[in-house]
Amino acid sequence: MSPRYRRWKNRLMLGAMGLALLICLAPLASLLFTLVVKGGSTLSLRFITGPWRPVGENGGIAHAIAGSVCLLGIATALAVPVGLAKGLFLARGRSPRLGGMVRVLLDVMSGIPAIIVGVFIYTLVVRRSGFSLGTGFSMLAGGLALAMIMLPIFARTTEEAVRAISTSVDEAGLALGLPRYRVVLRIVLRSAVPAVLTGLFLALARVAGEAAPLLFTAFGSNEWPGSPLEPVGSLPALLFDYARQPFEELVRQAWGAALVLVALILAVRLATHAYSHWRYGSGANP
Amino acid sequence: MEAVISKFESADQRTAPQRTGVTVRAREGRLYHGLLTAAALVAPAILVLFVGVLVYGAWPSIRAFGLSFLTSSVWEPHPEREQYGALPFIVGTLISAVLALCLAAPFGIAVATFLNEVLTSRWRSAARFLIEVLATIPSVVYGLWGIFVLAPWVSNTLQPVLARSLGFLPIFGPPYEPRNMLCAVLILAIMVLPIIVSISLEAIRAVPASYREAALGLGATRWEMIRVAVWPACGSAFAGGCILALGRALGETMAVTMVIGNGRRISPSLFAASDTVASTIANQFAEAPSDLFTAALIEMALLLFLVTLAVNVLARWIIRPSLPGAGGRS
Repeated sequence: MSPRYRRWKNRLMLGAMGLALLICLAPLASLLFTLVVKGGSTLSLRFITGPWRPVGENGGIAHAIAGSVCLLGIATALAVPVGLAKGLFLARGRSPRLGGMVRVLLDVMSGIPAIIVGVFIYTLVVRRSGFSLGTGFSMLAGGLALAMIMLPIFARTTEEAVRAISTSVDEAGLALGLPRYRVVLRIVLRSAVPAVLTGLFLALARVAGEAAPLLFTAFGSNEWPGSPLEPVGSLPALLFDYARQPFEELVRQAWGAALVLVALILAVRLATHAYSHWRYGSGANP
Repeated sequence: MEAVISKFESADQRTAPQRTGVTVRAREGRLYHGLLTAAALVAPAILVLFVGVLVYGAWPSIRAFGLSFLTSSVWEPHPEREQYGALPFIVGTLISAVLALCLAAPFGIAVATFLNEVLTSRWRSAARFLIEVLATIPSVVYGLWGIFVLAPWVSNTLQPVLARSLGFLPIFGPPYEPRNMLCAVLILAIMVLPIIVSISLEAIRAVPASYREAALGLGATRWEMIRVAVWPACGSAFAGGCILALGRALGETMAVTMVIGNGRRISPSLFAASDTVASTIANQFAEAPSDLFTAALIEMALLLFLVTLAVNVLARWIIRPSLPGAGGRS
């Protein structure tokens, strides 16, 4: 193998890998470009703040945005207390063996496809026959499904956040005679709050775009969100519905809704990213 | 959290006058640990309930069809001769996920290597950011793009070329349908790419600088250094990342449902409309005409759950030794 052959092979292979990067970024560029062009042309104040109207009357998507907010609110209310306690248990608990098992099970939970979470909640909560709560399609069921997806993500980020607080902080508190639970709740958890919140927002950004678990739990609706026991619309479900309609207008609205959804999720992610960058320096990786 | 704290505060104030501080603290300590353990046990409880509920929901179908559910392709919702077999959906799921992985794995590993070994740190963080954006975009948005950009491109540009040059191969032969398996494979490959890149990148970064220096010191070119020093140290992480991506691809629903065309059959051609387990559930579950139909769909969900479970456990088992703490979806 002559040196020249080796040099050329080096260039060729490195070039091929660079080309692979460009090929991978091409779909992203195409997606973002179409999203901004097609979505941007639909976007208007009326579109974002207006309620649903029949085809031909240029309705808005405010009902779906409100529905998404309600669903995420329910999911947060359900997932945060359990996730916090789980995170504390994993990071500062007294039983490492149970902790190890719980960690594995959380990983298993986070690997469950979202659509199956929907089927599970449907069978357990929604359907009106057999062993089930029988609520019918409802906001509550949708919130439960989203909470189930949020829980493992949030519990693990909480664990990391609490673990990042040095145990010398615990020892200082214990040395002052505080009981362990006070040390953890009052001192350790309080110092971990910013990182815990970052984790919460990342989990929210993850589930905000999920449509699969909502298809047969929250179902979808053209009305403003009302009682938690009624079906409710959401941005991802509206997008899925409109994208497959034969009406030009609804497809346009789907692009607008997609742009709103992506912008919201990216904004949350960038904000949390910038925040943890600012707070913990460039080494932090949320 | 505030609720938990205020609970302790009020308990403190209520009992403080009568009891000594030590017993109160002991009791609150027990309460605290009890609550944490209870919360920790929620995960096993949910999983047991999960499996139980799915088996219960699928039971009518399991009893009616037994093993033939896995081997039959009859899908007959007519009330008098109802019969369901999931074979076409199972085959569709496996083909789409495996092909997507075959496409994404070399690209993902090449991109991760290029990011770490060639790019300067400023370009590296820019590219990492873009890959992260790729992971953040919701599945439905990929589906929307798939319907209006990817599928037309496949049927207008890619398909004529492939059909003309390689049309004699059955996989590129007729039928030619506008939404098809190839669209699903491409969109899945794009969606699992960030997983492969991030796990590979993490492994490549963990390779000690001394390995690289040793290779370069012996006169290796940069490519030779990657071949002999970097990649061999990352083998298990590459494999784990790919299997994790496979798990993700098997269960991916919305984007696939939107571009795969929903043709309920097994066809050798990538240009034929197909279906996966997840896309069938997404399309048909809400309007299931009978209880047995619902049970058949729940049984498919149960199967998908078991397969993704096995795949994820395998992936974590492979990744764990070399990369403690790595993992998690996206």
